[in-house]
Amino acid sequence: MSERVLQVLKDKFGDAIVETHSAWGDDTAVVNASQWKEVCAFLRHDPQMGFDMLVDLCGVDYPDRDPRIEIVAHLYSVARRHRVRVKARVGNAEMASAEIDSITEIWPGADWFERETYDLMGVTFKGHPDLRRILLYPEFEGHPLLKDYPANKTQPLIPYRTEEEAGVPLDKLAPFRADEGMSFGRRVWSRGES
Amino acid sequence: MEAIDLDLDENELELPAEPMHLNMGPSHPAMHGTVRIVLELSGETIVKSDVQIGYLHRGFEKMCERGTWAQVFPYVDRLNYVSPMLNNVGYALAVEKMCEIQVPDRCQWYRMILGELARISDHLTCTGAMAMELGAFTPFLWFIKAREMVWDILEEETGARLTHAFGRIGGMAQPPTPALKEMCRVALSAILKLVEDGEGMLLKNRIFIDRLENIGNISGADAIALSWTGPCLRASGVAYDVRKCHPYLKYDEIDWDMPVGKNGDNLDRFLIRLAEIRQSARIILQSCDRMADDGPVHAKDPRVILPPKSNVYTTIEGTIQHFKLIMEGAKVPAGECYSYTEAGNGELGFYLVSDGSGTPYRVRVRPPCFPITGGLSKLINGNMLSDIVPTFGSLNMIGGECDH
Repeated sequence: MSERVLQVLKDKFGDAIVETHSAWGDDTAVVNASQWKEVCAFLRHDPQMGFDMLVDLCGVDYPDRDPRIEIVAHLYSVARRHRVRVKARVGNAEMASAEIDSITEIWPGADWFERETYDLMGVTFKGHPDLRRILLYPEFEGHPLLKDYPANKTQPLIPYRTEEEAGVPLDKLAPFRADEGMSFGRRVWSRGES
Repeated sequence: MEAIDLDLDENELELPAEPMHLNMGPSHPAMHGTVRIVLELSGETIVKSDVQIGYLHRGFEKMCERGTWAQVFPYVDRLNYVSPMLNNVGYALAVEKMCEIQVPDRCQWYRMILGELARISDHLTCTGAMAMELGAFTPFLWFIKAREMVWDILEEETGARLTHAFGRIGGMAQPPTPALKEMCRVALSAILKLVEDGEGMLLKNRIFIDRLENIGNISGADAIALSWTGPCLRASGVAYDVRKCHPYLKYDEIDWDMPVGKNGDNLDRFLIRLAEIRQSARIILQSCDRMADDGPVHAKDPRVILPPKSNVYTTIEGTIQHFKLIMEGAKVPAGECYSYTEAGNGELGFYLVSDGSGTPYRVRVRPPCFPITGGLSKLINGNMLSDIVPTFGSLNMIGGECDH
Protein backbone atom coordinates (compact mmCIF):
# COMPACT_ATOMS: atom_id res chain seq x y z
CA MET A 1 0.00 0.00 0.00
CA SER A 2 1.15 3.53 -0.30
CA GLU A 3 1.15 6.34 2.20
CA ARG A 4 1.40 8.83 -0.63
CA VAL A 5 -2.25 8.16 -1.42
CA LEU A 6 -3.20 9.24 2.09
CA GLN A 7 -1.19 12.45 1.71
CA VAL A 8 -2.89 13.27 -1.58
CA LEU A 9 -6.29 12.63 -0.02
CA LYS A 10 -5.53 14.89 2.94
CA ASP A 11 -4.30 17.68 0.66
CA LYS A 12 -7.28 17.43 -1.64
CA PHE A 13 -10.15 16.91 0.78
CA GLY A 14 -8.86 18.46 4.02
CA ASP A 15 -11.49 18.13 6.71
CA ALA A 16 -13.38 15.38 4.89
CA ILE A 17 -10.58 13.00 5.86
CA VAL A 18 -11.28 12.44 9.54
CA GLU A 19 -8.11 10.50 10.28
CA THR A 20 -5.47 8.37 8.61
CA HIS A 21 -3.28 5.62 9.95
CA SER A 22 -0.99 2.88 8.73
CA ALA A 23 -0.37 -0.47 10.36
CA TRP A 24 1.07 -3.75 9.07
CA GLY A 25 1.55 -2.19 5.68
CA ASP A 26 -2.13 -1.27 5.32
CA ASP A 27 -2.93 2.41 4.86
CA THR A 28 -6.30 3.62 6.04
CA ALA A 29 -8.21 6.84 5.51
CA VAL A 30 -11.38 7.50 7.47
CA VAL A 31 -13.70 9.61 5.36
CA ASN A 32 -16.57 11.81 6.41
CA ALA A 33 -19.68 9.81 5.52
CA SER A 34 -21.29 12.71 3.66
CA GLN A 35 -18.36 12.88 1.23
CA TRP A 36 -17.97 9.12 0.83
CA LYS A 37 -19.04 8.99 -2.79
CA GLU A 38 -17.02 12.05 -3.74
CA VAL A 39 -13.81 10.63 -2.28
CA CYS A 40 -14.45 7.24 -3.88
CA ALA A 41 -15.02 8.81 -7.28
CA PHE A 42 -11.76 10.73 -6.93
CA LEU A 43 -9.87 7.55 -6.02
CA ARG A 44 -11.37 5.77 -9.01
CA HIS A 45 -10.97 8.39 -11.70
CA ASP A 46 -7.89 10.40 -10.77
CA PRO A 47 -5.05 9.19 -12.99
CA GLN A 48 -2.59 9.33 -10.09
CA MET A 49 -4.84 7.13 -7.95
CA GLY A 50 -6.45 4.83 -10.52
CA PHE A 51 -8.11 2.46 -8.04
CA ASP A 52 -10.04 0.51 -10.65
CA MET A 53 -10.94 -2.46 -8.46
CA LEU A 54 -13.11 -2.46 -5.37
CA VAL A 55 -11.65 -5.51 -3.69
CA ASP A 56 -13.97 -5.67 -0.74
CA LEU A 57 -16.64 -3.73 1.06
CA CYS A 58 -17.92 -4.72 4.47
CA GLY A 59 -19.11 -3.30 7.75
CA VAL A 60 -17.82 -3.59 11.30
CA ASP A 61 -19.98 -2.90 14.33
CA TYR A 62 -18.56 -1.06 17.37
CA PRO A 63 -21.58 -0.71 19.70
CA ASP A 64 -19.66 1.47 22.23
CA ARG A 65 -18.86 4.09 19.68
CA ASP A 66 -20.98 6.75 18.11
CA PRO A 67 -21.38 6.40 15.14
CA ARG A 68 -21.25 2.68 15.64
CA ILE A 69 -20.94 1.18 12.15
CA GLU A 70 -17.76 1.40 10.12
CA ILE A 71 -18.08 0.84 6.39
CA VAL A 72 -14.75 -0.51 5.21
CA ALA A 73 -13.73 -0.61 1.55
CA HIS A 74 -10.49 -2.06 0.23
CA LEU A 75 -9.36 -0.63 -3.07
CA TYR A 76 -6.73 -1.85 -5.46
CA SER A 77 -5.20 -0.46 -8.62
CA VAL A 78 -4.34 -3.20 -11.08
CA ALA A 79 -2.06 -0.96 -13.12
CA ARG A 80 -0.25 0.75 -10.25
CA ARG A 81 -0.43 -2.19 -7.87
CA HIS A 82 -1.18 -0.14 -4.80
CA ARG A 83 -3.89 -0.57 -2.23
CA VAL A 84 -5.74 1.63 0.18
CA ARG A 85 -8.46 1.13 2.74
CA VAL A 86 -11.15 3.78 3.11
CA LYS A 87 -13.70 3.84 5.88
CA ALA A 88 -16.73 5.84 6.82
CA ARG A 89 -18.65 5.82 10.10
CA VAL A 90 -22.44 5.87 10.19
CA GLY A 91 -25.37 5.07 12.45
CA ASN A 92 -26.05 5.83 16.10
CA ALA A 93 -26.78 3.37 18.90
CA GLU A 94 -30.33 2.70 17.64
CA MET A 95 -29.07 2.28 14.08
CA ALA A 96 -30.87 5.44 13.07
CA SER A 97 -29.24 7.32 10.20
CA ALA A 98 -27.25 4.22 9.31
CA GLU A 99 -27.14 5.19 5.68
CA ILE A 100 -24.51 6.11 3.17
CA ASP A 101 -24.29 6.81 -0.55
CA SER A 102 -24.04 3.80 -2.79
CA ILE A 103 -20.88 3.51 -4.87
CA THR A 104 -22.29 1.10 -7.43
CA GLU A 105 -22.04 3.82 -10.09
CA ILE A 106 -18.31 4.00 -9.51
CA TRP A 107 -17.61 0.28 -9.23
CA PRO A 108 -20.41 -2.00 -10.51
CA GLY A 109 -18.88 -4.75 -8.38
CA ALA A 110 -20.07 -2.92 -5.26
CA ASP A 111 -23.61 -4.11 -5.99
CA TRP A 112 -23.50 -7.40 -4.13
CA PHE A 113 -21.08 -6.20 -1.45
CA GLU A 114 -23.50 -3.41 -0.53
CA ARG A 115 -26.43 -5.79 -0.53
CA GLU A 116 -24.51 -8.07 1.80
CA THR A 117 -23.63 -5.21 4.14
CA TYR A 118 -27.27 -4.14 4.16
CA ASP A 119 -28.35 -7.71 4.82
CA LEU A 120 -25.98 -8.50 7.66
CA MET A 121 -25.40 -5.07 9.22
CA GLY A 122 -28.53 -3.10 8.37
CA VAL A 123 -26.84 -0.20 6.61
CA THR A 124 -28.91 1.47 3.90
CA PHE A 125 -27.07 2.42 0.73
CA LYS A 126 -28.77 5.40 -0.85
CA GLY A 127 -29.06 5.11 -4.61
CA HIS A 128 -28.42 1.39 -4.78
CA PRO A 129 -30.46 0.01 -7.71
CA ASP A 130 -31.66 -3.16 -6.02
CA LEU A 131 -31.17 -3.08 -2.26
CA ARG A 132 -32.62 -6.27 -0.82
CA ARG A 133 -31.35 -9.13 1.29
CA ILE A 134 -28.88 -11.41 -0.43
CA LEU A 135 -27.66 -14.14 1.93
CA LEU A 136 -30.72 -14.28 4.16
CA TYR A 137 -34.37 -14.55 3.23
CA PRO A 138 -36.73 -11.56 3.01
CA GLU A 139 -38.65 -12.46 6.18
CA PHE A 140 -35.52 -12.56 8.37
CA GLU A 141 -35.82 -10.27 11.39
CA GLY A 142 -32.80 -8.22 12.40
CA HIS A 143 -29.27 -8.01 11.11
CA PRO A 144 -27.10 -10.82 12.47
CA LEU A 145 -23.63 -9.27 12.29
CA LEU A 146 -24.55 -6.49 14.71
CA LYS A 147 -22.88 -7.20 18.02
CA ASP A 148 -26.19 -6.93 19.90
CA TYR A 149 -27.79 -9.65 17.79
CA PRO A 150 -27.46 -12.75 20.01
CA ALA A 151 -25.75 -15.62 18.23
CA ASN A 152 -28.26 -18.12 19.61
CA LYS A 153 -31.31 -16.11 18.58
CA THR A 154 -33.90 -18.06 16.64
CA GLN A 155 -36.11 -16.73 13.90
CA PRO A 156 -39.90 -17.04 13.78
CA LEU A 157 -41.39 -19.65 11.49
CA ILE A 158 -42.76 -18.20 8.32
CA PRO A 159 -46.37 -19.05 7.53
CA TYR A 160 -47.17 -20.57 4.18
CA ARG A 161 -48.12 -18.07 1.54
CA THR A 162 -51.79 -17.55 0.92
CA GLU A 163 -53.18 -17.72 -2.59
CA GLU A 164 -53.41 -13.92 -2.75
CA GLU A 165 -49.75 -13.53 -1.81
CA ALA A 166 -48.57 -16.18 -4.23
CA GLY A 167 -50.66 -14.77 -7.06
CA VAL A 168 -51.55 -18.23 -8.35
CA PRO A 169 -53.76 -20.99 -6.99
CA LEU A 170 -51.50 -22.89 -4.62
CA ASP A 171 -52.50 -26.26 -6.01
CA LYS A 172 -51.19 -25.10 -9.38
CA LEU A 173 -47.67 -24.93 -7.95
CA ALA A 174 -45.59 -28.10 -8.03
CA PRO A 175 -46.34 -30.80 -6.95
CA PHE A 176 -49.27 -30.80 -9.28
CA ARG A 177 -52.76 -32.09 -8.82
CA ALA A 178 -53.30 -35.82 -8.88
CA ASP A 179 -54.54 -35.85 -12.44
CA GLU A 180 -51.74 -33.70 -13.84
CA GLY A 181 -48.22 -34.51 -14.93
CA MET A 182 -46.93 -37.86 -16.11
CA SER A 183 -49.51 -40.56 -15.78
CA PHE A 184 -47.41 -43.68 -16.17
CA GLY A 185 -46.14 -45.22 -12.97
CA ARG A 186 -48.65 -43.30 -10.90
CA ARG A 187 -50.01 -45.35 -8.08
CA VAL A 188 -53.47 -44.93 -6.67
CA TRP A 189 -53.46 -45.11 -2.91
CA SER A 190 -56.55 -46.60 -1.41
CA ARG A 191 -56.49 -44.71 1.86
CA GLY A 192 -56.66 -40.94 2.23
CA GLU A 193 -57.19 -38.39 -0.48
CA SER A 194 -55.23 -38.42 -3.67
CA MET B 1 -56.30 -34.35 -52.75
CA GLU B 2 -56.69 -30.86 -51.47
CA ALA B 3 -54.04 -29.01 -49.49
CA ILE B 4 -54.37 -29.35 -45.78
CA ASP B 5 -52.80 -25.96 -45.09
CA LEU B 6 -55.27 -23.86 -43.21
CA ASP B 7 -55.95 -20.58 -44.86
CA LEU B 8 -55.17 -18.22 -42.03
CA ASP B 9 -54.56 -14.54 -41.81
CA GLU B 10 -51.02 -13.51 -40.93
CA ASN B 11 -52.22 -12.09 -37.65
CA GLU B 12 -53.65 -15.31 -36.40
CA LEU B 13 -50.29 -17.08 -36.85
CA GLU B 14 -48.54 -14.80 -34.39
CA LEU B 15 -47.73 -16.51 -31.19
CA PRO B 16 -48.17 -14.80 -27.85
CA ALA B 17 -44.96 -12.92 -27.12
CA GLU B 18 -45.15 -12.28 -23.41
CA PRO B 19 -41.89 -13.01 -21.64
CA MET B 20 -41.78 -16.33 -19.87
CA HIS B 21 -40.50 -16.63 -16.34
CA LEU B 22 -38.40 -19.64 -15.53
CA ASN B 23 -36.93 -20.68 -12.23
CA MET B 24 -33.58 -22.45 -12.51
CA GLY B 25 -32.32 -24.03 -9.32
CA PRO B 26 -31.51 -24.29 -6.50
CA SER B 27 -31.97 -28.00 -7.02
CA HIS B 28 -31.04 -27.97 -10.69
CA PRO B 29 -28.10 -30.33 -11.27
CA ALA B 30 -26.04 -27.71 -13.08
CA MET B 31 -26.54 -25.11 -10.33
CA HIS B 32 -24.29 -27.02 -7.95
CA GLY B 33 -27.18 -27.22 -5.53
CA THR B 34 -26.85 -23.73 -4.14
CA VAL B 35 -27.88 -21.07 -6.63
CA ARG B 36 -31.23 -20.05 -7.94
CA ILE B 37 -31.53 -18.05 -11.12
CA VAL B 38 -34.87 -16.47 -11.94
CA LEU B 39 -34.98 -15.89 -15.66
CA GLU B 40 -37.12 -13.83 -17.95
CA LEU B 41 -37.06 -15.47 -21.35
CA SER B 42 -38.08 -14.35 -24.77
CA GLY B 43 -38.21 -17.60 -26.65
CA GLU B 44 -34.95 -19.19 -25.59
CA THR B 45 -33.07 -15.94 -25.14
CA ILE B 46 -32.50 -14.57 -21.68
CA VAL B 47 -33.83 -11.06 -21.30
CA LYS B 48 -33.32 -10.56 -17.59
CA SER B 49 -31.86 -12.71 -14.89
CA ASP B 50 -31.75 -12.51 -11.14
CA VAL B 51 -29.08 -14.64 -9.48
CA GLN B 52 -30.05 -15.50 -5.92
CA ILE B 53 -27.53 -16.96 -3.48
CA GLY B 54 -27.57 -17.66 0.22
CA TYR B 55 -28.82 -21.24 0.25
CA LEU B 56 -25.61 -22.33 1.98
CA HIS B 57 -25.32 -19.41 4.40
CA ARG B 58 -24.09 -20.69 7.74
CA GLY B 59 -23.12 -17.48 9.50
CA PHE B 60 -19.37 -17.98 9.13
CA GLU B 61 -18.48 -14.48 10.26
CA LYS B 62 -20.75 -14.59 13.31
CA MET B 63 -19.43 -18.01 14.36
CA CYS B 64 -15.85 -16.79 14.20
CA GLU B 65 -16.59 -14.11 16.80
CA ARG B 66 -17.38 -16.75 19.41
CA GLY B 67 -14.23 -18.87 19.68
CA THR B 68 -10.51 -18.33 19.81
CA TRP B 69 -8.41 -17.30 16.84
CA ALA B 70 -7.22 -20.87 16.38
CA GLN B 71 -10.76 -22.23 16.38
CA VAL B 72 -11.48 -20.46 13.11
CA PHE B 73 -9.41 -23.01 11.14
CA PRO B 74 -12.14 -25.67 10.91
CA TYR B 75 -14.56 -22.99 9.70
CA VAL B 76 -12.30 -21.74 6.92
CA ASP B 77 -11.99 -25.33 5.70
CA ARG B 78 -15.65 -25.15 4.91
CA LEU B 79 -15.48 -21.98 2.86
CA ASN B 80 -14.02 -23.42 -0.30
CA TYR B 81 -14.41 -27.10 0.42
CA VAL B 82 -12.71 -28.12 -2.81
CA SER B 83 -9.40 -26.55 -1.86
CA PRO B 84 -9.55 -26.15 1.93
CA MET B 85 -5.78 -26.05 2.35
CA LEU B 86 -5.54 -22.74 0.53
CA ASN B 87 -8.05 -21.23 2.95
CA ASN B 88 -6.11 -22.62 5.91
CA VAL B 89 -2.89 -21.08 4.66
CA GLY B 90 -4.62 -17.79 3.82
CA TYR B 91 -6.10 -17.44 7.29
CA ALA B 92 -2.87 -18.51 9.00
CA LEU B 93 -0.95 -15.88 7.03
CA ALA B 94 -3.50 -13.22 8.00
CA VAL B 95 -3.19 -13.90 11.73
CA GLU B 96 0.59 -14.18 11.43
CA LYS B 97 0.67 -10.80 9.73
CA MET B 98 -1.02 -9.28 12.80
CA CYS B 99 1.23 -11.16 15.24
CA GLU B 100 4.29 -10.36 13.10
CA ILE B 101 5.38 -13.95 12.99
CA GLN B 102 7.56 -15.35 10.23
CA VAL B 103 7.28 -19.12 9.89
CA PRO B 104 10.43 -21.16 9.17
CA ASP B 105 11.47 -21.82 5.57
CA ARG B 106 10.53 -25.47 5.73
CA CYS B 107 6.99 -24.57 6.75
CA GLN B 108 6.71 -22.07 3.90
CA TRP B 109 7.71 -24.68 1.33
CA TYR B 110 5.34 -27.15 2.96
CA ARG B 111 2.48 -24.68 2.77
CA MET B 112 3.21 -24.05 -0.87
CA ILE B 113 3.22 -27.76 -1.72
CA LEU B 114 -0.04 -28.44 0.09
CA GLY B 115 -1.63 -25.26 -1.25
CA GLU B 116 -0.75 -26.01 -4.84
CA LEU B 117 -2.02 -29.57 -4.45
CA ALA B 118 -5.31 -28.07 -3.29
CA ARG B 119 -5.32 -25.72 -6.27
CA ILE B 120 -4.89 -28.67 -8.62
CA SER B 121 -7.83 -30.40 -6.96
CA ASP B 122 -9.90 -27.22 -7.27
CA HIS B 123 -9.19 -26.76 -10.97
CA LEU B 124 -9.70 -30.45 -11.72
CA THR B 125 -13.11 -30.34 -10.09
CA CYS B 126 -14.15 -27.23 -11.96
CA THR B 127 -12.98 -28.29 -15.40
CA GLY B 128 -14.22 -31.84 -14.90
CA ALA B 129 -17.65 -30.75 -13.73
CA MET B 130 -17.89 -28.25 -16.55
CA ALA B 131 -17.20 -31.01 -19.09
CA MET B 132 -19.68 -33.33 -17.42
CA GLU B 133 -22.43 -30.72 -17.44
CA LEU B 134 -21.97 -30.53 -21.20
CA GLY B 135 -22.31 -34.27 -21.50
CA ALA B 136 -18.65 -35.37 -21.53
CA PHE B 137 -18.63 -37.92 -18.76
CA THR B 138 -15.33 -39.70 -19.41
CA PRO B 139 -13.00 -36.73 -18.87
CA PHE B 140 -14.91 -35.98 -15.69
CA LEU B 141 -14.16 -39.45 -14.36
CA TRP B 142 -10.52 -39.12 -15.34
CA PHE B 143 -10.21 -35.74 -13.65
CA ILE B 144 -11.87 -37.08 -10.53
CA LYS B 145 -9.46 -39.99 -10.61
CA ALA B 146 -6.62 -37.46 -10.72
CA ARG B 147 -8.22 -35.48 -7.90
CA GLU B 148 -8.40 -38.68 -5.88
CA MET B 149 -4.60 -38.94 -6.16
CA VAL B 150 -4.26 -35.41 -4.80
CA TRP B 151 -6.59 -36.20 -1.95
CA ASP B 152 -4.65 -39.38 -1.17
CA ILE B 153 -1.54 -37.28 -0.62
CA LEU B 154 -3.45 -34.77 1.47
CA GLU B 155 -4.99 -37.58 3.50
CA GLU B 156 -1.56 -39.09 4.10
CA GLU B 157 -0.26 -35.70 5.24
CA THR B 158 -3.17 -34.38 7.26
CA GLY B 159 -5.35 -37.36 8.13
CA ALA B 160 -8.43 -35.97 6.40
CA ARG B 161 -9.44 -36.01 2.78
CA LEU B 162 -11.58 -32.93 2.66
CA THR B 163 -11.61 -30.74 5.72
CA HIS B 164 -8.08 -30.84 7.01
CA ALA B 165 -8.02 -28.10 9.68
CA PHE B 166 -4.28 -28.44 9.27
CA GLY B 167 -3.07 -24.87 9.46
CA ARG B 168 -1.94 -23.38 12.75
CA ILE B 169 -1.04 -19.86 13.73
CA GLY B 170 2.73 -19.89 13.29
CA GLY B 171 3.11 -23.22 11.53
CA MET B 172 1.36 -26.38 10.49
CA ALA B 173 -0.19 -29.08 12.66
CA GLN B 174 2.38 -31.72 11.74
CA PRO B 175 5.73 -31.79 9.94
CA PRO B 176 5.72 -33.31 6.44
CA THR B 177 5.77 -37.08 6.27
CA PRO B 178 9.00 -38.63 4.95
CA ALA B 179 7.17 -39.94 1.89
CA LEU B 180 5.72 -36.58 0.81
CA LYS B 181 8.23 -35.72 -1.91
CA GLU B 182 8.11 -39.18 -3.44
CA MET B 183 4.31 -39.22 -3.35
CA CYS B 184 4.12 -35.84 -5.06
CA ARG B 185 6.53 -36.81 -7.82
CA VAL B 186 4.77 -40.08 -8.56
CA ALA B 187 1.25 -38.66 -8.37
CA LEU B 188 1.99 -35.54 -10.42
CA SER B 189 3.22 -37.45 -13.45
CA ALA B 190 0.06 -39.58 -13.34
CA ILE B 191 -2.14 -36.51 -12.84
CA LEU B 192 -0.57 -34.63 -15.74
CA LYS B 193 -1.06 -37.68 -17.94
CA LEU B 194 -4.75 -37.82 -17.02
CA VAL B 195 -5.15 -34.10 -17.60
CA GLU B 196 -3.54 -34.41 -20.99
CA ASP B 197 -5.80 -37.32 -21.94
CA GLY B 198 -8.92 -35.51 -20.78
CA GLU B 199 -7.89 -32.32 -22.50
CA GLY B 200 -7.26 -34.22 -25.73
CA MET B 201 -10.73 -35.71 -25.58
CA LEU B 202 -12.38 -32.34 -25.01
CA LEU B 203 -10.44 -29.96 -27.19
CA LYS B 204 -10.78 -32.14 -30.27
CA ASN B 205 -14.52 -32.24 -29.77
CA ARG B 206 -16.29 -29.79 -32.04
CA ILE B 207 -19.44 -29.79 -29.93
CA PHE B 208 -17.58 -28.99 -26.75
CA ILE B 209 -15.64 -26.15 -28.37
CA ASP B 210 -18.77 -24.70 -29.95
CA ARG B 211 -20.53 -24.64 -26.63
CA LEU B 212 -17.68 -22.67 -25.04
CA GLU B 213 -16.15 -20.44 -27.66
CA ASN B 214 -17.32 -16.82 -27.74
CA ILE B 215 -19.97 -17.41 -25.12
CA GLY B 216 -20.02 -15.51 -21.87
CA ASN B 217 -17.41 -12.99 -23.01
CA ILE B 218 -16.27 -10.30 -20.65
CA SER B 219 -13.62 -7.69 -21.27
CA GLY B 220 -10.74 -7.11 -18.91
CA ALA B 221 -11.97 -3.68 -17.88
CA ASP B 222 -15.45 -4.99 -17.12
CA ALA B 223 -14.04 -7.87 -15.12
CA ILE B 224 -11.93 -5.49 -13.03
CA ALA B 225 -14.90 -3.19 -12.46
CA LEU B 226 -16.90 -6.19 -11.23
CA SER B 227 -14.11 -7.00 -8.72
CA TRP B 228 -13.24 -10.28 -10.43
CA THR B 229 -9.96 -11.93 -9.54
CA GLY B 230 -8.26 -15.23 -10.19
CA PRO B 231 -8.54 -17.43 -13.28
CA CYS B 232 -11.71 -15.67 -14.44
CA LEU B 233 -9.95 -12.30 -14.51
CA ARG B 234 -6.80 -13.70 -16.10
CA ALA B 235 -8.93 -15.31 -18.83
CA SER B 236 -9.96 -11.78 -19.81
CA GLY B 237 -6.35 -10.82 -20.37
CA VAL B 238 -5.58 -9.06 -17.11
CA ALA B 239 -2.30 -10.30 -15.68
CA TYR B 240 -3.15 -10.19 -12.01
CA ASP B 241 -2.21 -13.04 -9.75
CA VAL B 242 -1.46 -12.36 -6.09
CA ARG B 243 1.33 -14.91 -6.22
CA LYS B 244 3.10 -12.92 -8.94
CA CYS B 245 2.07 -9.33 -8.16
CA HIS B 246 2.39 -9.43 -4.38
CA PRO B 247 4.38 -12.60 -3.67
CA TYR B 248 3.95 -14.27 -0.31
CA LEU B 249 5.56 -17.45 1.04
CA LYS B 250 8.29 -18.34 -1.48
CA TYR B 251 6.47 -17.79 -4.76
CA ASP B 252 9.02 -15.22 -5.89
CA GLU B 253 11.84 -17.77 -5.66
CA ILE B 254 10.15 -20.25 -7.96
CA ASP B 255 10.28 -20.37 -11.72
CA TRP B 256 6.71 -20.47 -12.99
CA ASP B 257 4.51 -18.61 -15.46
CA MET B 258 1.19 -16.91 -15.10
CA PRO B 259 -1.11 -18.04 -17.92
CA VAL B 260 -3.23 -15.20 -19.31
CA GLY B 261 -6.16 -15.55 -21.72
CA LYS B 262 -7.38 -13.22 -24.41
CA ASN B 263 -11.12 -13.24 -25.05
CA GLY B 264 -12.52 -13.83 -21.60
CA ASP B 265 -14.98 -16.40 -22.92
CA ASN B 266 -15.84 -19.76 -21.45
CA LEU B 267 -13.15 -21.53 -23.44
CA ASP B 268 -10.46 -19.21 -22.11
CA ARG B 269 -11.57 -19.77 -18.55
CA PHE B 270 -11.46 -23.50 -19.17
CA LEU B 271 -8.00 -23.38 -20.75
CA ILE B 272 -6.58 -21.10 -18.07
CA ARG B 273 -7.51 -23.60 -15.39
CA LEU B 274 -5.85 -26.45 -17.27
CA ALA B 275 -2.74 -24.32 -17.79
CA GLU B 276 -2.67 -23.49 -14.09
CA ILE B 277 -2.73 -27.16 -13.17
CA ARG B 278 0.53 -27.55 -15.09
CA GLN B 279 2.03 -24.47 -13.45
CA SER B 280 1.02 -25.74 -10.01
CA ALA B 281 2.76 -29.02 -10.80
CA ARG B 282 5.92 -27.07 -11.66
CA ILE B 283 5.70 -25.17 -8.38
CA ILE B 284 5.20 -28.37 -6.38
CA LEU B 285 8.15 -30.14 -8.00
CA GLN B 286 10.47 -27.20 -7.42
CA SER B 287 9.25 -26.81 -3.84
CA CYS B 288 9.87 -30.50 -3.22
CA ASP B 289 13.43 -30.05 -4.40
CA ARG B 290 14.01 -27.08 -2.17
CA MET B 291 12.22 -28.10 1.03
CA ALA B 292 14.64 -29.32 3.69
CA ASP B 293 14.13 -32.88 4.93
CA ASP B 294 14.29 -31.85 8.54
CA GLY B 295 13.96 -28.73 10.58
CA PRO B 296 11.15 -27.01 12.45
CA VAL B 297 7.75 -26.31 10.91
CA HIS B 298 6.76 -24.00 13.75
CA ALA B 299 7.83 -20.49 14.54
CA LYS B 300 9.54 -20.29 17.92
CA ASP B 301 6.93 -18.07 19.47
CA PRO B 302 5.45 -19.18 22.78
CA ARG B 303 2.62 -16.62 22.42
CA VAL B 304 0.90 -18.72 19.79
CA ILE B 305 2.59 -22.13 19.56
CA LEU B 306 1.57 -24.96 21.88
CA PRO B 307 4.48 -26.35 23.92
CA PRO B 308 5.68 -29.91 23.19
CA LYS B 309 3.58 -32.56 24.90
CA SER B 310 6.57 -33.75 26.93
CA ASN B 311 6.76 -30.31 28.54
CA VAL B 312 3.01 -30.15 29.12
CA TYR B 313 3.04 -33.37 31.12
CA THR B 314 6.23 -32.77 33.07
CA THR B 315 6.60 -29.05 33.75
CA ILE B 316 4.28 -26.54 35.36
CA GLU B 317 5.26 -23.86 32.82
CA GLY B 318 4.32 -26.12 29.94
CA THR B 319 1.00 -27.02 31.54
CA ILE B 320 0.09 -23.40 32.16
CA GLN B 321 1.14 -22.31 28.70
CA HIS B 322 -0.92 -25.07 27.15
CA PHE B 323 -3.90 -24.23 29.36
CA LYS B 324 -3.76 -20.52 28.54
CA LEU B 325 -3.43 -21.09 24.81
CA ILE B 326 -6.35 -23.52 24.74
CA MET B 327 -8.71 -21.79 27.17
CA GLU B 328 -8.00 -18.13 26.46
CA GLY B 329 -6.55 -18.48 23.01
CA ALA B 330 -3.49 -16.86 21.54
CA LYS B 331 -3.60 -13.10 22.05
CA VAL B 332 -3.48 -11.15 18.81
CA PRO B 333 -2.40 -7.49 19.01
CA ALA B 334 -5.23 -4.98 18.75
CA GLY B 335 -5.75 -3.45 15.35
CA GLU B 336 -7.00 -4.31 11.92
CA CYS B 337 -5.33 -5.87 8.95
CA TYR B 338 -6.21 -7.10 5.48
CA SER B 339 -4.27 -10.08 4.21
CA TYR B 340 -4.79 -11.58 0.78
CA THR B 341 -3.64 -14.72 -0.93
CA GLU B 342 -4.42 -16.41 -4.23
CA ALA B 343 -7.00 -19.12 -3.64
CA GLY B 344 -8.42 -21.43 -6.28
CA ASN B 345 -10.87 -18.83 -7.53
CA GLY B 346 -8.94 -15.66 -6.99
CA GLU B 347 -8.01 -13.28 -4.26
CA LEU B 348 -9.04 -14.68 -0.90
CA GLY B 349 -8.89 -11.82 1.57
CA PHE B 350 -9.21 -11.84 5.32
CA TYR B 351 -9.95 -8.55 7.00
CA LEU B 352 -9.34 -9.15 10.68
CA VAL B 353 -10.15 -6.80 13.53
CA SER B 354 -8.67 -7.62 16.92
CA ASP B 355 -9.38 -5.98 20.25
CA GLY B 356 -6.25 -7.53 21.73
CA SER B 357 -8.02 -10.52 23.25
CA GLY B 358 -7.95 -14.20 22.40
CA THR B 359 -11.22 -13.97 20.46
CA PRO B 360 -11.51 -12.31 17.06
CA TYR B 361 -13.53 -9.10 17.13
CA ARG B 362 -14.42 -9.42 13.48
CA VAL B 363 -13.36 -11.91 10.83
CA ARG B 364 -14.38 -10.70 7.44
CA VAL B 365 -13.71 -13.06 4.57
CA ARG B 366 -13.58 -11.72 1.06
CA PRO B 367 -14.57 -14.79 -0.91
CA PRO B 368 -13.36 -14.67 -4.52
CA CYS B 369 -16.55 -16.36 -5.76
CA PHE B 370 -18.87 -13.74 -4.38
CA PRO B 371 -18.17 -10.90 -6.83
CA ILE B 372 -17.68 -13.41 -9.66
CA THR B 373 -21.15 -14.83 -9.13
CA GLY B 374 -22.40 -11.26 -8.85
CA GLY B 375 -21.28 -10.74 -12.44
CA LEU B 376 -23.05 -13.83 -13.74
CA SER B 377 -26.19 -11.90 -14.75
CA LYS B 378 -24.14 -9.71 -17.01
CA LEU B 379 -22.65 -12.75 -18.74
CA ILE B 380 -25.83 -14.63 -19.45
CA ASN B 381 -28.20 -11.78 -20.35
CA GLY B 382 -28.81 -11.87 -24.08
CA ASN B 383 -27.51 -15.41 -24.45
CA MET B 384 -29.45 -18.63 -24.86
CA LEU B 385 -30.89 -20.53 -21.95
CA SER B 386 -28.59 -23.48 -22.62
CA ASP B 387 -25.53 -21.22 -22.36
CA ILE B 388 -26.10 -20.79 -18.65
CA VAL B 389 -24.74 -24.24 -17.94
CA PRO B 390 -21.22 -23.82 -19.41
CA THR B 391 -21.01 -20.16 -18.34
CA PHE B 392 -21.96 -20.90 -14.77
CA GLY B 393 -19.68 -23.94 -14.76
CA SER B 394 -16.70 -21.92 -15.96
CA LEU B 395 -17.00 -19.49 -13.05
CA ASN B 396 -16.49 -22.30 -10.53
CA MET B 397 -18.90 -20.93 -7.98
CA ILE B 398 -18.38 -22.68 -4.66
CA GLY B 399 -21.42 -22.37 -2.44
CA GLY B 400 -19.65 -22.50 0.91
CA GLU B 401 -17.44 -19.60 0.00
CA CYS B 402 -19.96 -17.50 -1.87
CA ASP B 403 -22.65 -17.79 0.81
CA HIS B 404 -20.28 -17.46 3.77
